Amino acid sequence: MTTSIYISQDSISLALGADETVQAIATAAVKVGEPIRIIRTGSRGMAWLEPYVEVLTPNGRIGYGPVTETMVDELIDTGLLKGNTEHPLCQGLTEQIPYFKSQQRLTFARVGVIDPLSIEHYESEGGLQGLDRALCLSAQQIIDEIKASGLRGRGGAAFPTGIKWQTVLDASVSGSDKNKYIVCNADEGDSGTFADRMLMEGDPFSLIEGMVIAGLGVGATHGYIYLRSEYPHTAEVLTRAIELAYQQQLLGEAIRASAHAFHLHLRIGAGAYICGEETSMLDSLEGKRGMVRVKPPLPAINGLFGEPTVVNNVITLATVPMILQQGAEHYQQFGQGESRGTLAIQLSGNVAQAGLVELAFGITIDELVRTYGKGSATGRPLRAIQIGGPLGAYLPSSLWQTSLDYESMASVGAMLGHGGLVCFDDTVDMAEQAEFSMRFCAAESCGKCTPCRIGSVRGAETIAKIRRNESRKDNLVLLEDLCETMVAGSLCAMGSLTPSPVRSAVQHFRQDFGDVNDDQMSGADIDA
Amino acid sequence: MKSVDCHERVSEICKSFVDTPGGLLPALWAIQNAYGYLAPEWTQTIADDFNLSAAEVYGVISFYKALKTCQPAKHQIAICRAEACQSMGGRNLEKTAVKCLSIEFDSSDRQFDLESVYCLGLCAAAPAMMVDGRLYGRVTEQQLLSTLERLQQE
Repeated sequence: MTTSIYISQDSISLALGADETVQAIATAAVKVGEPIRIIRTGSRGMAWLEPYVEVLTPNGRIGYGPVTETMVDELIDTGLLKGNTEHPLCQGLTEQIPYFKSQQRLTFARVGVIDPLSIEHYESEGGLQGLDRALCLSAQQIIDEIKASGLRGRGGAAFPTGIKWQTVLDASVSGSDKNKYIVCNADEGDSGTFADRMLMEGDPFSLIEGMVIAGLGVGATHGYIYLRSEYPHTAEVLTRAIELAYQQQLLGEAIRASAHAFHLHLRIGAGAYICGEETSMLDSLEGKRGMVRVKPPLPAINGLFGEPTVVNNVITLATVPMILQQGAEHYQQFGQGESRGTLAIQLSGNVAQAGLVELAFGITIDELVRTYGKGSATGRPLRAIQIGGPLGAYLPSSLWQTSLDYESMASVGAMLGHGGLVCFDDTVDMAEQAEFSMRFCAAESCGKCTPCRIGSVRGAETIAKIRRNESRKDNLVLLEDLCETMVAGSLCAMGSLTPSPVRSAVQHFRQDFGDVNDDQMSGADIDA
Repeated sequence: MKSVDCHERVSEICKSFVDTPGGLLPALWAIQNAYGYLAPEWTQTIADDFNLSAAEVYGVISFYKALKTCQPAKHQIAICRAEACQSMGGRNLEKTAVKCLSIEFDSSDRQFDLESVYCLGLCAAAPAMMVDGRLYGRVTEQQLLSTLERLQQE
């Protein structure tokens, strides 16, 4: 009997040697004369176990990890192909691993389970049921369903998705081509976030299906995925998925043999972080420099090529099919307060068990890091956690009882952003991190507005002076003043949120910026 | 290849994108994918095909750091310099690379381009790097050094 073996081809698995492991297993299986079939999947999201190998048994999939190519012969000898559980690398049934079992996987239900490029697999796990239902509904009914689900944009701003779609549905087209557009923001540039990438590599059809449903909801027949160029492997998967979708009438002139059309285009960015900002991305899609636009007009009214445009994040769009399939009622029973549904939490940095954890909103930072992360990777005490990407606040342990939902995070001056948590142990120098935040902004600012373009450069210089103990006391005042200007005077989140990591570092980790009483030169170069 | 042949081919590529809405960026990618970079002397050719000014085309090329205006070195080393990698010793990798290659970040010699990249999406396997398009996670200094030494001997 042929044994089915599942091995991820997610970028993270490839980076840790999954292709070499596949090769070694194929060779070893021939040597022992066992027929096997290797199915490449997305990643289960347990990064510390990658390359992770699963063997199908009558009881389910038994996992082994991390299986580097040098471990393969030993594992085969101890019965990996039979699902033998005695080897220390055996994790037992994947579905029973506590890290995995306790998750509430809605958006990521198929990721790591199916062959990402098999529409057959996709359909057998509930795919296309949402689209088929949407095809029987009116545009308004689709939008009402999304509104009722409580889904909010997962890109960071958390704007209610249904309301955005309603605005686009109600807006009138102005140009000659009479088009509205669906744009998927796949420019996942925030450090500490990788959920979009994992979803696109592990279940690309859910994104495509979500975009088609969005098209039906607002009356758009063209969609664009704007993918960052740092994800070449994702681009390959999406290109192939779009080709297959056209072949199977999931895209094209007659979606699922209906009278509805939807065309999808993949566009690759070119290494500009700012293009993750929606208006900058629209300029980039139009073939221009990725400069931030003044809002209003909102993209929903005047977006791509001047037409009404839905701009949504990958996770937002990929969640839509599931909501249509299982109903708004089902989705909105997860979560708390105004934060409904689940959050794809990305746990990374200095943590023993990094990976993707999809849970209903509401787990506390502390519980997440203890239960899932199992503390630091280095064994040292954790000291700071940055939440929500490079523009997110650094939180000290005294605030880790905060729960991970939009409202609770805002109440401690932080933001959830795209749901990424980056952990740092006690060797971190928070003044160095604050200086980096400003330098990053200086490197990536589009340059349109002064507080961001120049403020970031001055900010980095000022923090460097504080670290060198040059007029430390006065420069700390100056830094706060500069932060205030950036928050109030920048057009987009790049300039207005860069002060967030900086201020939180100063506020919660003041000792890293040095003792002001030690300051010998206060006032020396400030008054001039 | 003679310069005039290049201009013709560049122009051909551009023409296949002029009817694509927002086609300039995809055209620039296609040219870079064909030649490895965008030579400054092609700017006018591209501008003519898209009915833009050379300044506008230059403005787009210079905005995006993934678009290159000089011939790439033999090997591309991109090391992630963002927060998740910093938390796992990424700064030490940066120093090691600079020391070993004797070039600064975002500069190159004939053999190596040392590029800053802010996130490769491998934050759960930090620190990370990409060498000639291949991804590496949980990179140790030893692994970086042996990779660079192997490439230096090629």
